[in-house]
Amino acid sequence: MSFFEITLALFQGFFVTLKLFGLTLLFALPLGFLIAFGSMSKYKLFSLPSKTFVWIIRGTPLMLQIIVVFYVPGILFNYPIFKDDRFLAALITFVINYAAYFSEIYRGGIESIPRGQYEAGQVLGLTKTQTFFKVVLMQVVKNILPPMSNEIITLVKDTSLIRVIAIVEIIKAAERFIAKEAILWPLFYTGVFYLLFCGVLTLLFNYFEKKLDYYKT
Amino acid sequence: MLRCINQLETADGGIIRVNEKTVFDASSSEKLTKKQKRDNQLQVGLVFQSFNLFPQYTVLANVTLAVKELAKERPNYKENRRQINEEIENNAKKILERVGLSDKLSSYPCELSGGQQQRVSIARAMALEPKILFFDEPTSALDPELTGEILKVIKKLASENMTMVIVTHEMAFAEAVSTKVIFMDDGVINSCGKPQEVFRLNPTERLKEFLRNYE
Repeated sequence: MSFFEITLALFQGFFVTLKLFGLTLLFALPLGFLIAFGSMSKYKLFSLPSKTFVWIIRGTPLMLQIIVVFYVPGILFNYPIFKDDRFLAALITFVINYAAYFSEIYRGGIESIPRGQYEAGQVLGLTKTQTFFKVVLMQVVKNILPPMSNEIITLVKDTSLIRVIAIVEIIKAAERFIAKEAILWPLFYTGVFYLLFCGVLTLLFNYFEKKLDYYKT
Repeated sequence: MLRCINQLETADGGIIRVNEKTVFDASSSEKLTKKQKRDNQLQVGLVFQSFNLFPQYTVLANVTLAVKELAKERPNYKENRRQINEEIENNAKKILERVGLSDKLSSYPCELSGGQQQRVSIARAMALEPKILFFDEPTSALDPELTGEILKVIKKLASENMTMVIVTHEMAFAEAVSTKVIFMDDGVINSCGKPQEVFRLNPTERLKEFLRNYE
């Protein structure tokens, strides 16, 4: 096995990692907003389910959640929906899990905006919607950027958990070389992929933070 | 009281009228529509104690934001968008000139002193052309040196016949600038009248006590 062949095989695994990463962000970012507004609602009908949901998701390990989502439909209804699509099971779990975490970050960001900003919007004749989009939102984005970048970088590495339902992401791809060829170093080599990708993300987030640095609250 | 007239807070009872128009009536069961409520609100402008400027916008944008949003409701907005926005900006620049901030148009609130921020906030309230301008302790968050520049702006507006209601602890200023003063104690009007009468001719016991502590 040449270095090139191994790199290529790892790239194939890393593609699965990236796919899960990208799709999770795509769905969890907006879903988190819905849950955040649910948690902040003054109506128990909305806030109670949202808060319970967040409690359960944040209170159990992501690995366990992956296993539950994957196996439970088969056990309970004798209908293993994810039998042919393990990746879908993983994606659903990740979207649910990360939406819960994002929702708490959003909530913190929205609640950190002083009441005076809303009052100023109100006395200036802005509607609630206008106040939210024109006044509050930009400040929320600035406030949540650091915790969001943290969470998103965690997501990159959490993707490695999907090997518990035997999806071949990059780590699982490297482990195959242990079994087949009895070589260990590809496993360590995967660290380089993670490092480089997280490095790019860090640069990207730093760039955005700088962009929003033109004012202070 | 200012916050009730402005509907930031709801009064427990009574009737509030602004310029003969009832803006709040606790005994009436019919609710005002959102539009009516907003129109009532726009009759009066409010300057906050803590400025509450929008930190992510420049001084000019802070002043024009609400006016521009309101202009979108004009029937001929779409065709004349550019012209309308230009008009609004020119108008805002004129107002900022009146409060002495012509050179700060593109600064951000965080780059300004407290006094300058408060003047932006006055300009922002004036841009909506309210009939009355309310000041909620406009100088309480400022040190004495900066207080002076705000009081100067208020004096100037008064000389231009702007109707203003000012809640303040600056007693000397209140006496000098106002046409009518109301001394409130614990949410109740203690004395009220021309400044000369209230402060000099026959001050109430409570006011004397207050002034003693004040000096």
